[in-house]
Amino acid sequence: MVDAQSYQAEALIGQDIEAYLAAHEEKTMLRFITCGSVDDGKSTLIGRLLYDSKMIFDDQLSALKAASKKSGTQGEAIDFALLVDGLAAEREQGITIDVAYRFFATEKRKFIVADTPGHEQYTRNMVTGASTADLAVLLVDARQGILTQTRRHAYLVHLLGIKHIVLAVNKMDLVDFDQMRFDEIVADFTHFAATLEMTPPLAIPISGLAGDNITEKSANTPWYAGPALLPHLETVELAEDAAQQAPFAMPVQWVNRPNLDFRGFSGRLAGGTVKPGDKVRIVPSGKTSTIASIVTMAADASQCDLAEAVAGQSVTLTLKDEIDCSRGDVIAAADNPPLAADRFEASLVWMDETETMPGRAYELRIGTQAVSARIQAPKYAVNVNNMEHLAAASLGLNEIGVVELATDRPVVFAPFADSQKLGSFVLIDKLTNATVAAGMLHFSLRRAHNIHWQAVDVDRAAHAALKGQQPKILWFTGLSGSGKSTIANALEKKLHANGKHTFLLDGDNVRHGLNKDLGFTDADRIENIRRIGEVAKLMTDAGLIVLTAFISPFRAERDMVRALVPAGDFIEVHVDTPLDVAERRDVKGLYKKARAGTLKNFTGIDSPYEPPETPEIVVNTTELSADEAADVIIAYLDKH
Amino acid sequence: MPSLTHLQQLEAESIEIMREVVAQAENPVMLYSVGKDSAAMLHVAKKAFFPSPPPFPLLHVDTTWKFQEMYKLREKAAKEAGMELIVYKNPEAEAQGINPFDHGPLHTDMWKTEGLKQALDKYGFDAAFGGARRDEEKSRAKERVFSFRSENHQWDPKNQRPEIWSLYNARKAQGESIRVFPMSNWTELDIWQYIRLENIEIVPLYFAAPRPTVERDGLLLMVDDERFPLNEGEEPVMRSVRFRTLGCYPLTGAVESEAASLNEVIQEMLLTTTSERQGRAIDHDASASMEKKKQQGYF
Repeated sequence: MVDAQSYQAEALIGQDIEAYLAAHEEKTMLRFITCGSVDDGKSTLIGRLLYDSKMIFDDQLSALKAASKKSGTQGEAIDFALLVDGLAAEREQGITIDVAYRFFATEKRKFIVADTPGHEQYTRNMVTGASTADLAVLLVDARQGILTQTRRHAYLVHLLGIKHIVLAVNKMDLVDFDQMRFDEIVADFTHFAATLEMTPPLAIPISGLAGDNITEKSANTPWYAGPALLPHLETVELAEDAAQQAPFAMPVQWVNRPNLDFRGFSGRLAGGTVKPGDKVRIVPSGKTSTIASIVTMAADASQCDLAEAVAGQSVTLTLKDEIDCSRGDVIAAADNPPLAADRFEASLVWMDETETMPGRAYELRIGTQAVSARIQAPKYAVNVNNMEHLAAASLGLNEIGVVELATDRPVVFAPFADSQKLGSFVLIDKLTNATVAAGMLHFSLRRAHNIHWQAVDVDRAAHAALKGQQPKILWFTGLSGSGKSTIANALEKKLHANGKHTFLLDGDNVRHGLNKDLGFTDADRIENIRRIGEVAKLMTDAGLIVLTAFISPFRAERDMVRALVPAGDFIEVHVDTPLDVAERRDVKGLYKKARAGTLKNFTGIDSPYEPPETPEIVVNTTELSADEAADVIIAYLDKH
Repeated sequence: MPSLTHLQQLEAESIEIMREVVAQAENPVMLYSVGKDSAAMLHVAKKAFFPSPPPFPLLHVDTTWKFQEMYKLREKAAKEAGMELIVYKNPEAEAQGINPFDHGPLHTDMWKTEGLKQALDKYGFDAAFGGARRDEEKSRAKERVFSFRSENHQWDPKNQRPEIWSLYNARKAQGESIRVFPMSNWTELDIWQYIRLENIEIVPLYFAAPRPTVERDGLLLMVDDERFPLNEGEEPVMRSVRFRTLGCYPLTGAVESEAASLNEVIQEMLLTTTSERQGRAIDHDASASMEKKKQQGYF
């Protein structure tokens, strides 16, 4: 099917390419998703749109024809779905697993369509596709009507704030274009939409396979008064245009400082418009300034200043005053800035195999801010099949619920209903780095509101999770003067710089306090190590990475400490320095005293040292500097 | 207020992605192949960080078999952008004299796939920008903008991280790296229009000119230098040709064309009936071949 429009376009391309390109450069762009139940014909509809807008090339078409015969479901006819299902596993199983993005254009607009999977187990992939869409085409098989999956997807697109929904009642050719059937389905859906307080969608009777009401009104549905699908997609309002009406706000992504004379703030406008001379406020600091310029790169240097920037544009702003502003801050309209808060109610879509851990600290990303956030046990979970609120202790994979959460410092935000950019967030597991949830902020909770935080068991795992690290004991053992403290110190500095919570136990802070009653007899040495081991264990329970630097000459005591903590948490580091080298160094002059007999029970001289048999790490200080040794240990920690 | 055009929207999105990578990654690099997609990507990078130069180097994983004109533009483009250019050639492939004439698929595997892995490991790059687009090929249509690779540079298509709104999560474990595709949502036509609108310099091979060619296995190959082994009785013929994509010259098929200007090239592209990658030998093996190559670490 080739409509009149494409004929004209083709003629223009042939005759006046300049005019064609000039017109094409003015096109806007609409992103939409197709969703609905498994066999409702999503992929077929997309294939049809690509085919009708001439986006399928000859070689693709011949490959498609061959594939249709082999694994298609349409007999000799082309199976458009094969055009869209891209992963080998998908073609084999005949289902869609992940979002596929397809592109086509008409005279008025360029379109990006995300074909999202129908199966519940791939909800997170559907959410990925839906999150950037201006519009959702919700497909329904006219023979099947509204199914559980339809309701689930309608709820999800509503939850994700997609303002425009098209209810495409598909396969109308298989119900003889029966108006009664169409009306029945629409009534059914409208009833459901009302329970969600969702704007009623535009319902269109279509046939993706036969092409009815796709590019133009079909003669088979004279009773249908609305637009065909494509003309509707060409004219519906874009989310970014709507965002231009919002107050100006731009999260700062990056500070641009090529030299001392230029300091710009780079970001993408979340809402509104901005001009040089506009008064702005930096949130959360509250400081005010004025926009000096909006900088862009242009071949002609005089064109490098823009007169205006609008929502959706990526720009670099300079300010008239030298004020503090960095990544994470939001530059906003001085008289209408977004708020900052640290307690929120939000909807969450959980997307990880590991369920939510109330009380656990996740990384929360909103705008360009990254903070630590704890989630409370859900207020309720939503049964996405009938919208019932369910009591829930946590949210599992693909579950949706409403939670309260607290951040470790105030974040700049707007309610999701007002601003998608300033009201949406993701949660990241600090240990696995996985994106575990998508969230939509409802509103902030005032501190005075005094929400009651549910008592959670603050155990070893909870302590560790809050710090975002695996507790460990790094047990340095070796002769006096071998370099244990030096290496442990160097290592602690590096770990600290990497944001790790550490503590170093050594002679200086243990012998003078906790163990000042102990001497250097074998019995006292054993008690010394026992106490240090117990303290180190307590500290790992508190979530710390503990470094200990003691000679700890006896294997049995080291093994005793090893047995105190879970397997893998005790890392024995043998600082292997030969006696003659340590004695030559004799930093504290102790070897001299021991040789002279004025210092008794000195390890290596008149008291034994039992080197570890299978230490996790051996450091040879005759080959490595303290710094290099610390790097070796960090490399080990990264691997385990 | 006027709506942003689709090119303005695409550019704004690509800029946002590049800035996120610079803000989140420790040691990013931009893969630069000298083709038109690389040219557009580099131009966007210049705009993203202006007046600073893009704060990362360019990396060209060379095979020594690119067209001469590509090598010329490579140096010039890097210099004009004020960026360091790193050229990496897999030393094993170099020592063994791997070439597309004698070694078939091994050529791509060793120079490109292995070469890229080696280069990323050697310099410790944790994020690499690539100019791939989702409209090029089926498995690319499904790939995220931030695409994670294991320590062995492997892609797991069934376990991609959700990528929601524009909240890109670049956190990764030690040893993992990220391939970032800032031009994911551009189409071939978008790239051409952008090149036209922004007046971006591209390799002259994209424009038709008389060039010495031979016909082999249905591909029109250009005899770009004296290393091209001619078969018995084979004689290079001057034909007016141009290239729709650029790679290693012995693997890149030319199309016969008279389109010598940008407008004519775009015109021809719009009226054409075969897809862009058809000129490349790499995709023909099997329908899912690109997906397999990517799982093995091909960009």
